[in-house]
Amino acid sequence: MLGAAVIVFRETLEAALIVSIVMAATVGIPGRNRWVGAGVLAGIGGAVLVAAFAATIAAAAAGMGQELFNAAVLLAAVVMLGWHTVWMAGHGRTLASEVNAVGRAVAEGTRPLWALAVVAGVAVLREGSETVLFLYGIAAGGQDGAAALFAGGLVGIVAGALLGAALYLGLLRIPMRHLFAVTNWMVMLLAAGMAAQAANFLVQADLLPTLGEPLWDTSFLVSDDSLAGRLLHTLVGYVSEPSGIQLLFWAATLAVIGLAAQAVGRATPVRSAS
Amino acid sequence: MLRSFLAAVLLLAAAPALADESTFSITIKDHKFEPAELTIPANKKVTLVVKNDDRTMEEFESKELRREKVIPGGQEAKIHVGPLKPGRYEFFGEFNPKTARGWLVAK
Repeated sequence: MLGAAVIVFRETLEAALIVSIVMAATVGIPGRNRWVGAGVLAGIGGAVLVAAFAATIAAAAAGMGQELFNAAVLLAAVVMLGWHTVWMAGHGRTLASEVNAVGRAVAEGTRPLWALAVVAGVAVLREGSETVLFLYGIAAGGQDGAAALFAGGLVGIVAGALLGAALYLGLLRIPMRHLFAVTNWMVMLLAAGMAAQAANFLVQADLLPTLGEPLWDTSFLVSDDSLAGRLLHTLVGYVSEPSGIQLLFWAATLAVIGLAAQAVGRATPVRSAS
Repeated sequence: MLRSFLAAVLLLAAAPALADESTFSITIKDHKFEPAELTIPANKKVTLVVKNDDRTMEEFESKELRREKVIPGGQEAKIHVGPLKPGRYEFFGEFNPKTARGWLVAK
């Protein structure tokens, strides 16, 4: 039972952390619960679908369907996160300079919430499909103690969700003035980590070179399997033994989003409070 | 839409998949890898063909090799690995981590 709990916890944790970041990045925006909720629900539905068609996906693209599917889904999330950051750069300054709370709420209401809803959905879809496959395997295998394993799985889901909730509540303690700066960085690092993961799937599909494998090994400091390693992996893209292409994708994503946000921010005149 | 996406993806992946590499086989049976230790040439790209003889799915995973791939029951999957520096690299079955453990030895 404990084994099942641990396996499901690992999968749930990553999705829960990403949803928490999305929730923290949308604090105070009307309708965000609906959007993010819809994203999560769509993600669960998608996870069941992906699990149901796992064999079809695996067999596609000369056996590399899984890698390409994962890379495509991750890169889509990266684009959404990048777009959100650039959009914020264009509007954030206006928001900060508007003292009027009503004007601020209205302005924020126009934020493209669906981009972040897609990110939440993608996170749940990717991690959820493995959980579904795992639990389905238990159910189909008719192993002894399947009920206990299932219960373990449930414990894992709850534990992962709780840790995500803890991150969200922790982020809420950050004063409003700084919260957007913090979540902006978290969103950018999340995007960079996902881009690096996508790069690795493309290496696995033999479509990209590794460019040095691995560059270094910090597993003696923080192992990938430890809780800290898993948290850091999701939050900032930590990998103890990264390949060159992972580092390249990670850095390039940060640079592209950062520079684009800066350019848009500079081009947007600061509106004075009137 | 899914079909056209898969078709496009198929075209993309067909060419490199035919690249000349040495191939090594591993079988999953009763949630164990056979062989559990496999020697492969170092500094060379190789392809692992992992065949899942169990009825349940398994996920071939390795942190050290940076690989993860779900293999449905009764199917086999190709996993590109390397080029690796000489050394021992652990892999495991994510869904049965207690029994499904193995090592690649690059020489």
